[in-house]
Amino acid sequence: MSNDLWQAFSAAAGLVSAGDAKLFAIIFLSLQVSLLAVAIAALIGLPLGALIALRHFPGRSGVVVVLNAMMGLPPVVVGLLVYLLLSRAGPLGPLGLLFTPAAMVIAQAILILPIVAALARQIVEDSWREYRDLLSSLGARPAQAVATLLWDTRFALVTVVLAGFGRAAAEVGAVMIVGGNIDGVTRTMTTAIALETSKGDLPLALGLGFVLVATILAVNALAAALKRAAER
Amino acid sequence: MIRMLLALFLFALPAQAQERFITVASTTSTDQSGLFGHLLPRFQAATGIAVRIVALGTGQALDVGRRGDADVVFVHDKPAEDRFVAEGFGVERIQVMYNDFVVIGPKADPARIKDLKDVTEAFRRVQRAGAPFVSRGDRSGTHAAELRYWQEAGVRPAGAWYREVGQGMGPALNTAAAMNAYILADRATWLNFRNRADLDVLVQGDERLFNQYGVILVNPQRHAHVRVEMGRTFIAWLVGPDGQRAIADYKIGGEQLFFPNAQAAANRS
Repeated sequence: MSNDLWQAFSAAAGLVSAGDAKLFAIIFLSLQVSLLAVAIAALIGLPLGALIALRHFPGRSGVVVVLNAMMGLPPVVVGLLVYLLLSRAGPLGPLGLLFTPAAMVIAQAILILPIVAALARQIVEDSWREYRDLLSSLGARPAQAVATLLWDTRFALVTVVLAGFGRAAAEVGAVMIVGGNIDGVTRTMTTAIALETSKGDLPLALGLGFVLVATILAVNALAAALKRAAER
Repeated sequence: MIRMLLALFLFALPAQAQERFITVASTTSTDQSGLFGHLLPRFQAATGIAVRIVALGTGQALDVGRRGDADVVFVHDKPAEDRFVAEGFGVERIQVMYNDFVVIGPKADPARIKDLKDVTEAFRRVQRAGAPFVSRGDRSGTHAAELRYWQEAGVRPAGAWYREVGQGMGPALNTAAAMNAYILADRATWLNFRNRADLDVLVQGDERLFNQYGVILVNPQRHAHVRVEMGRTFIAWLVGPDGQRAIADYKIGGEQLFFPNAQAAANRS
């Protein structure tokens, strides 16, 4: 076991220090796809979560339960749904998006939208309880209240977005199905790891895993630095 | 606003509309053995056409073709391929090359099948010994072949010794290595497989272990968007002298993996 780990570490170090262009292209594609997906999910999910937090409507508690449950959407199921949607035989087939990076962005955005919306809903709702009277007395319209509360809770929401990013960057089930793991086109870190595993090259697969974890770590460190700068 | 941003984001993804490419649904054995890595750069240099390989089991690859999500399928299960063409999803099945299956098992060989020349006898002995056997169980070409051998052996594969994993060749080999089990594999994937543990080739050379690959253009009458011209160019190259020579040239550790036989088929018919 420790020998395996050592081999994996040296495989990872070898790949990175050799400046393997193919590896960097794969890392770049992974980042691009998952960051775009999380951006889309945040653009839709944050306002959506805030809206649900503020609004009272019939069936609201049911909506909250469903939204929370959807945080556990299996990636492979999302992948299949998007596959059937984008397949040439499916409703969006004419767009020709299947087996492209765009298809992977769509699948990951759907996968993490509930995570972003559900967590934002809880955070904004807690904040709303605190500020409700103030905002009401100022006569804030709902849109203003949503904007104010999202801004007020922005630091907590950064963590929400990072959770969404982590989920997107780590999943393999959805991108494998809708991307097809095509060399040089839709091969991401996770599908490359799955591929090396199936070739039985376990040290290389684990080494790629270390590189992926380091990449996710770098994104989180960057977010933390930005957050610190903003807080100052 | 959101839609605009979305459009912008999607646009920012690697532009691909300009590149001349076809999508080929193929099998893990051809892809993971490194054959495509050897063939495709040569094809692209000759024609300027990039080939995007989606590597799946034969059953899944044919499904991708049925749905029109590939221009060409390149697989290895003749009955399923003939059905694909008969149903009107493919234009014509053209034979390209063959390799062979091998029966892999633990070196200790509890079922005592080593060096048998009869695959069905080997399978009968595995069942009689109740030795663990890992089956792909994924409707792949290899799975279909395995089921044919069980049928010819007169054995219904069921019981605690028979483990269907529902996975590709590589993951199934990983499972077999961990369980020290018998398994049917294509030689190309085996030769490229690194995590062999205590497994080795025990049975090979039976004529029935012959594994024929065929290539089929997806029918443009079913799916109008199929890139017919480029797909035909690819098929013609594969079965032509350049492609056939490139297939024969591909070796791992000095061992030839795939044997071109397109010409032989043309002579026979």
